[in-house]
Amino acid sequence: MTITTTGTAERPATDLGFLLHKHPDKAQRFSTSYGTAHVLYPEATAERCTAALLLEVDPVALVRRGRGKGRGGAPDSALAQYVNDRPYAASSLLAVALSAVFSSALRGQCKARPELPERALPLRIEVPALPARGGAALVERLFAPLGWVVTAEPVALDEEFPGWGDSRYVRLVLEGEPRLADALRHLYVLLPVLDDAKHYWVAPDEVDKLLRSGEGWLECHPEQRLITNRYLARRWSLTRSALERLELARLAEADDTEAEEIDNAIDNAIDNVIGDAVDSATGEPAAESPAEDDGEEGSGQRPVPLAVRRREAILDALRGAGAARVLDLGCGQGQLLGALLKEARFTEIVGVDVSMRALNEAARRLRLDRPGQDRPGQDRPGQDRPGQDRPGLDTGSVERKSSSARLRLIQGALTYTDSRLAGYDAAVLSEVIEHVDPPRLPALEHAVFGAARPKAVVVTTPNVEYNVRWETLPAGRMRHGDHRFEWTREEFRAWAERVAERHGYAVEFRPVGPQDPEVGPPTQLALFRMAAEGGDGGTDSRSGDRTAITTKEAAA
Amino acid sequence: MTEERRPIGVPDLSLVVLVGTTGSGKSTFARHHFLPTQIVSSDVCRGLVADDENDQSATPDAFDVLHYIVDKRLAAGRLTVVDATNVRGESRRSLIGLAREHDVLPVAIVLDVPEGECARRNAQRPDRAGMPGHVIPRQRRELRRSLKALEREGFRKVHILRGVEEVEAAEVVTERRYNDLRRLTGPFDIIGDIHGCRSELETLLGKLGYALRRDESGRPVDAVHPEGRTAVFVGDLVDRGPDSPGVLRLVMGMVASGAALCVPGNHENKLGRYLKGRKVRVTHGLAETVEQLDREHTADPDFVERVRAFIESLVSHYVLDGGALVVCHAGLPEKYHGRTSGRVRSHALYGETTGETDEFGLPVRYPWAEDYRGRAAVVYGHTPTVRASWLNNTICLDTGCVFGGRMTALRWPERELVDVPAERVWYEPVKPLTTEAPGGADGRPLDLADVRGRRIVETRHMGRIAVKEENAAAALEVMSRFAVDPRLLGYLPPTMAPTATSKEGMGGGTADGGFLEHPAEAFAAYRADGVRQVICEEKHMGSRAVALVCRDADLARERFGAPDGASGTIHTRTGRPFFDDVQLTETVLRVLSRSIDGAGLWQELDTAWLLLDAELMPWSLKAEGLLRNQYAAVGAASRAVFPGVLAALEGAEARGVEVSALLGKQRERASDATAFTDAYRRYCWPVDGPDGIRMAPFQILAAQGRNLATALPHDQQLALIDRMIEAEKSAADGHGARLLAPTRRLIVDTEDEASVAEGVRWWLDLTAAGGEGMVVKPLQGFVRKGDGRLVQPGVKCRGREYLRIIYGPEYTRPENLDRLRVRHLGHKRSLALREYALGLEALDRLAEGEPLWRVHEAVFAVLALESEPVDPRL
Repeated sequence: MTITTTGTAERPATDLGFLLHKHPDKAQRFSTSYGTAHVLYPEATAERCTAALLLEVDPVALVRRGRGKGRGGAPDSALAQYVNDRPYAASSLLAVALSAVFSSALRGQCKARPELPERALPLRIEVPALPARGGAALVERLFAPLGWVVTAEPVALDEEFPGWGDSRYVRLVLEGEPRLADALRHLYVLLPVLDDAKHYWVAPDEVDKLLRSGEGWLECHPEQRLITNRYLARRWSLTRSALERLELARLAEADDTEAEEIDNAIDNAIDNVIGDAVDSATGEPAAESPAEDDGEEGSGQRPVPLAVRRREAILDALRGAGAARVLDLGCGQGQLLGALLKEARFTEIVGVDVSMRALNEAARRLRLDRPGQDRPGQDRPGQDRPGQDRPGLDTGSVERKSSSARLRLIQGALTYTDSRLAGYDAAVLSEVIEHVDPPRLPALEHAVFGAARPKAVVVTTPNVEYNVRWETLPAGRMRHGDHRFEWTREEFRAWAERVAERHGYAVEFRPVGPQDPEVGPPTQLALFRMAAEGGDGGTDSRSGDRTAITTKEAAA
Repeated sequence: MTEERRPIGVPDLSLVVLVGTTGSGKSTFARHHFLPTQIVSSDVCRGLVADDENDQSATPDAFDVLHYIVDKRLAAGRLTVVDATNVRGESRRSLIGLAREHDVLPVAIVLDVPEGECARRNAQRPDRAGMPGHVIPRQRRELRRSLKALEREGFRKVHILRGVEEVEAAEVVTERRYNDLRRLTGPFDIIGDIHGCRSELETLLGKLGYALRRDESGRPVDAVHPEGRTAVFVGDLVDRGPDSPGVLRLVMGMVASGAALCVPGNHENKLGRYLKGRKVRVTHGLAETVEQLDREHTADPDFVERVRAFIESLVSHYVLDGGALVVCHAGLPEKYHGRTSGRVRSHALYGETTGETDEFGLPVRYPWAEDYRGRAAVVYGHTPTVRASWLNNTICLDTGCVFGGRMTALRWPERELVDVPAERVWYEPVKPLTTEAPGGADGRPLDLADVRGRRIVETRHMGRIAVKEENAAAALEVMSRFAVDPRLLGYLPPTMAPTATSKEGMGGGTADGGFLEHPAEAFAAYRADGVRQVICEEKHMGSRAVALVCRDADLARERFGAPDGASGTIHTRTGRPFFDDVQLTETVLRVLSRSIDGAGLWQELDTAWLLLDAELMPWSLKAEGLLRNQYAAVGAASRAVFPGVLAALEGAEARGVEVSALLGKQRERASDATAFTDAYRRYCWPVDGPDGIRMAPFQILAAQGRNLATALPHDQQLALIDRMIEAEKSAADGHGARLLAPTRRLIVDTEDEASVAEGVRWWLDLTAAGGEGMVVKPLQGFVRKGDGRLVQPGVKCRGREYLRIIYGPEYTRPENLDRLRVRHLGHKRSLALREYALGLEALDRLAEGEPLWRVHEAVFAVLALESEPVDPRL
């Protein structure tokens, strides 16, 4: 990174040396926590003076530091790489080095020439490899409001493979005339914001320092929310992602795949916070379509989100089926579980998901006990309702359910039969089947309708016909990256009727969300009821045999 | 009179309870007729606990000991004689309970000797001289009361010897149990459920080599094998099918002539009760049989009676061939083998149920075979399955002929399956023979309990291997959300350890000197393990791919449940489909299939499918995300930053600032970064559909019936693969892109210095030309050390430039290399061996056609272990 200023005989550019508190004729080196920082001046005349800050990051130390207790550095596996851009890119590490090397300049102090820091300087700052999540456009959005003339050129990933496109780095040139201290503070805060690295966080107290550096400009910055959120997200990743995803990350790595590609059962919190206008649970555009706005009475009222309507429709179906003991198969982060808990009629609720990450998130949201972990805010009023014990999270083979708990979370996969799921009044498969590869659906059908055999099953899934009503959804794209298919009303109907016929259920269909005369509702719901109430029924001729069957009479 | 011996029948496995007053001569009788070790005496037990055989206060403890010994002997299947008075009902009751618990017959032998005689004998024994006079009369009273009750109490045989003379005339005769045919050694042809399918039975017997004998009406009444083989029917001869009388006539004839043995099925049992006039429900195909028998009755009035007698005579199960084979209808846990009780009979005929009913209202059967660990093979029927397959040394031969399936026989001891298809669907099944769910065809679909939580997998090569709960949890997510259908996923490749860390160039040599990995360590390690011949195989830098190739799509569907039109699958090392594009997968599979065909391997390996381990190139094909976000990104950042860095330093130097050391170092860093970019670029090239894709198979893992990973040495493996490559080349005829790439190799003798030096040179040349490196494997493939432990199946030895991709662009700098040499290989090596053993286990289970859940259990465990925390750079 270089900082260049120009000057005149009266106001020589070499004043930069005073401001930075680094003599232009010396090359100085400083130890920082991630490596050695060098400050030197490629040019230093009265007309033009350039200070260069070079941070030599030690990649081996980066990986190996902080092993063991506390894991202040990188944890053991996929999150730590020797092949790392930190030694080259102007990352959050450079920001840390900046604050260490130019601390007095950052504070706006200059003992030798106290008047200098208040002076605005013509500055040109070059950052040759700036990692910028959000690209050149975001760089512009972050720096331009601060008075900079921004030039941000994307760096190609590899000229030999033009098909790979641009890297996440930009070559940044900022030109403007701020005070030096302000310029440094901008960099100090915005470099990490743009870097947005998951793997290298600053210590918690440094977060506060960072935010202090925003005084005077951050509060009125148009992207203030994004800037703060990325900091919060980084703290989030410090507390959780490092702890929970290592096994999965290793499996991803074994496959030369990025962890995110596999560990995607719940959306990254960063996306949620930034608000990419997507329902985090389903991937559907959060805002309802124009069609629905038109259909709402009393325009101006906020439309009810589809996810809420879906939950209401499911609850309706469950109430109608008289269900008390309910399975939420593919419960995800537990939105429906929360709704079920609010109704006393549901006396036993089991949330099942294959993703431990989703289950942990559900446990957190629903304030369940997590093994070996005290949670803050346990004694908030209203949390422990009378007659309701703390529900337990079953992380595996150990049943952690207390006797009167109503809710239990268990890891399970619907492509396997599972004896723990047998004998319930109802099961909900809400926005689940479309996440299963079509060739593996028969396994799910068998596990749910054949083996678990709840008295009622509620299935919801997107109606693909409705996708055209979402303007934000590109034509032909599915609503969520992990959807393996999306069905038309006819396809869903055909599937559901075949399953019902095969397993002895009757099925009815209900629309969820605004009915479009042409393309139907956004979500379709099927309610399966076991053919004869009471469990093992069946109105066919076999039932006579069945009730009288003893073990010995059983036919081969 | 004393000359006349009176035979006393005692089954060879029974609990003999002697009953008689003190002084009646029980101990003498027992000593005379039984082995000393077979006798458990209350007097002796009293002595054991109290040092005095007549200490009555020790009686409760003495009987505890007695019961304990009896319990152990009966559990072990040994005839046991209880020598105690046993005149009281309650003391007998506990013994009958023990006999029942172990499913052996309780037998009572009563010594009814007059009071005077007993008293006289006691008086002669000094130790009993002080016995109160009322004891014998009291015991006699109790004995007399007991006599009538004995049979009702549960004794299956009661022998009452009245008076001294009868006692002395008695001769104990050991009777063999009906089910004990251990002396018969076959060979046998065991035939599964028939259900009145007479025509198919005739065909099957013909196929097995039996000559049918027919009566004057042309009906088969006997069948004889020219080599004297014996047929064994597992029961369910009747019901549902078109000709139950015809089947009975043939089987009864064979049993009568000694050509066959037969155990009853539940359907015979029910028919027998019907024929005896008991009230039974005429369901499950009995109606058809009754109607057919009625018709038979008019022609041959005796026939039905013969059937009744035949069914009456059937024994619920047989132990054959020296105890190596057990045949019964519904399967039998080991504890019931050779035992005799109502419970055993019920088990043999109906099996055990869990008490639940399934979606079709049929009872859910307890999966006893999954827990079976017995030595004897259990061959049975009863549960219709799509195909007969071995599970824990048990096999069900009911392949649903009457429902339109097949009729199956097992040749013993050859363990060969012979079957014939049903001529038609004779009877509509209540439920389909199989569910569509994976594994449904093999008995049952996959269950979460097969894989969830902490588990132990038994492997034949490494014993018990543990899977931790958190690793299983991660594997479950990947397996259920991303992997291909488990039916197509017969194997996952194990991880491989690198060679021991090289010390060469240690302590800051020149930039050229340092190696992190070097072949010398690999050769030395195998030499130390006693492996002389190793093969060095070129390591292709792509992505691991396992290909299941079937000769055609029909077979793939039938054997592996592949979706329509797919002739196999290609998956990654975590089981994910290699290509997103189904069509592309099929194109590659077709090339493989044609090459296998062209090389003549289908015939040579006698198989219709092969499982191949391969590397698929280019690396950029599968790892593009990683390349973009990590490797190329690092290269891009370095190329963006260094021109500026060097310019700044050169500027400063020009101004006279002392930066020469720093400048020199930055120039070296810049050149390291360039070398890094060059390193990854070698493994990247664009592809367009199948064009540009190269595949280097390096091992044929398995074929129908054979685990080739253990059976074939690596040079033979590669020779077969070379023939596939040749076949592709000649088929392509000079045009079109080629898929298959050869694997260069060199065999090294680890004891021969020149050979080792040649191996090192070979590796240096290979890696200097841009190769990733090599894998060194024992030539034989599967090798154990002298102490019986497994030898690493291979170690990788990666090239110096390639390792920049792993350890970073600047890893060769001496200060980095010295630190990087501190790496811990122990866990990686252990993991590699455990995954190897599990992988072989999966291949064995797959090749032998074991049920899906068994194969899946091992495959799943490999995936779970892959999530163990190991340094990912190793």
